[in-house]
Amino acid sequence: MKWMLKNWLTKENLTATVLLLVLMFGVQTLYSAELISPFVMLNLIIIAINIILAVSLNLVVGFTGQFSIGHAGFMALGAYASAIMTLNFNAPFIVSLLVGAVVAGIGGILIGIPTLRLKGDYLAIATLGLAEIIRGVITNIDYLGGAYGLMGITQRTNWLWAFGSMVVTVIVIKNFVQSSHGRACISVRENEIAAEAMGINTTRYKVLAFTMGSFFAGIGGALLAHYITFIEPNAFNFLKSFDILVMVVLGGQGSITGSVVAAIVLTLISTFLQSLAELRLIIYAIILILVMLFRPQGLLGTHELSFKLFQRKRGVSHGSHSADA
Amino acid sequence: MAAILQTHSLGISFGGLKAVQDLNITLNEGDLVGLIGPNGAGKTTVFNLLTGMYLPTTGDIIFKGESIVGLKPYEIAAKGITRTFQNIRLFGELTVLENVLIARHLHVPYNMLHGIFRLGKYYQGEKEMREEALELLKIMNLAHKAEERAKNLPYGEQRRLEIARALATQPALLLLDEPAAGMNPQETSELMELIGFIRDKFNLTILLIEHDMHLVMNICERIYVLDYGINIAHGTPEEIKNNPRVIEAYLGEGA
Repeated sequence: MKWMLKNWLTKENLTATVLLLVLMFGVQTLYSAELISPFVMLNLIIIAINIILAVSLNLVVGFTGQFSIGHAGFMALGAYASAIMTLNFNAPFIVSLLVGAVVAGIGGILIGIPTLRLKGDYLAIATLGLAEIIRGVITNIDYLGGAYGLMGITQRTNWLWAFGSMVVTVIVIKNFVQSSHGRACISVRENEIAAEAMGINTTRYKVLAFTMGSFFAGIGGALLAHYITFIEPNAFNFLKSFDILVMVVLGGQGSITGSVVAAIVLTLISTFLQSLAELRLIIYAIILILVMLFRPQGLLGTHELSFKLFQRKRGVSHGSHSADA
Repeated sequence: MAAILQTHSLGISFGGLKAVQDLNITLNEGDLVGLIGPNGAGKTTVFNLLTGMYLPTTGDIIFKGESIVGLKPYEIAAKGITRTFQNIRLFGELTVLENVLIARHLHVPYNMLHGIFRLGKYYQGEKEMREEALELLKIMNLAHKAEERAKNLPYGEQRRLEIARALATQPALLLLDEPAAGMNPQETSELMELIGFIRDKFNLTILLIEHDMHLVMNICERIYVLDYGINIAHGTPEEIKNNPRVIEAYLGEGA
């Protein structure tokens, strides 16, 4: 135990912990003191949820190299499963959250096993299609409210839950990609044939990454459901999947901090542009086109921001590969 | 000496093309055997059959006494056969060290939960894996390039990294597909010594495909010759050099 702590107690980890705790409880305190308006709080919580979604999709698309565009389908599974737990079983929030995540994770296994045999464009189309099937099935189940969705879900998501879940998601995924099992996923992205020849069961690691990604998407969906207190199937259509994919590509495929930055930036941009109504979509699209023209590898490429004076690092442990690979 | 690998009338057809036919190879433990033949003779196809990348149409492959036909490539790697690739297939965007670490994953000393929750076993296991990987890089004279991206290495070093990576899986049988391709004479002669050295150090059996006849004739104890997918000769380098069928296959009739 002692030995373990010694490894963990680095300057970097301590600084990060202190900063995160200050952010977590500082914001909550300011909100209680009414120094942060409900509108700002809404955006902060949406940012936290978007970070969870983007980082979890990055594990699949950026690190493992499997181009999946059905993330919203797994969000829907998490949102509905957790909402049912809360509405019909009066479950405590943590139970609802976990049930949502597990249901989405199981969905990930069931969808991942058949579709991950496909590559590239074919995989993209298959995941897109299956996410739409999830939405279609939900729409046709009366128990889940059909096309009207579910209303009156108790609002349980607050800043502490959203931020805490986000931190857990980022740490788990970061630790995973920096372990030998995470490197196995990255080797699939780099060269599947060589990975297989070196003893990596590539199917297993693809399904594993896909399942983990779905699990955390489920948490994202569950947090969202318990924040806006109302869910309908259309909230999880393919446009939602694209929104998340855009965050991953814009931030840099294979960069966790890139996804975090992109989720923050894009959420803020779309909030600020809200007053411009229809023009918003055009400006949003132009920003994306410009970034892709001038920085096709995404804002951070495969680099990670770190506390060491924001010095740029390279290597698997910090994810490395360029978007054109 | 015990046979580590045997093929019994191994063959594969792609449509009407019989790429390899009726191949019978025997490798004994500790052998260093060459597989040669003109371009398109089916040499790499044999490697693809032995490593499970192709499923043979006929025949059987016996490795350490059991058939490995139908096993997946990663299962065959786990049983102890690994290879290098003629058209280099490194994990190009990753560092040299990471390339070797990935091949060590077969023997990873901790599980996924240790990694995710950063338990003591993770730190200890990572340290061990890194030390082992660096040791291999030292042997292949690549230690000073450990943090370099694999795709930025010169050609000869990429070939050596392929060998280091294959060794990291701890194979019993190593298949080298044109390890000297693209190397200058100096590098080739260093490679020859290296191949002999790793065979003794790691108790390996080695089967190698090579076009550099100087290398093959010097280090291989026995040679199999393929032409149009058929094994036309087998013997010591001396026998092969003087075999009329081999000369004909390489230089054409009447040469």
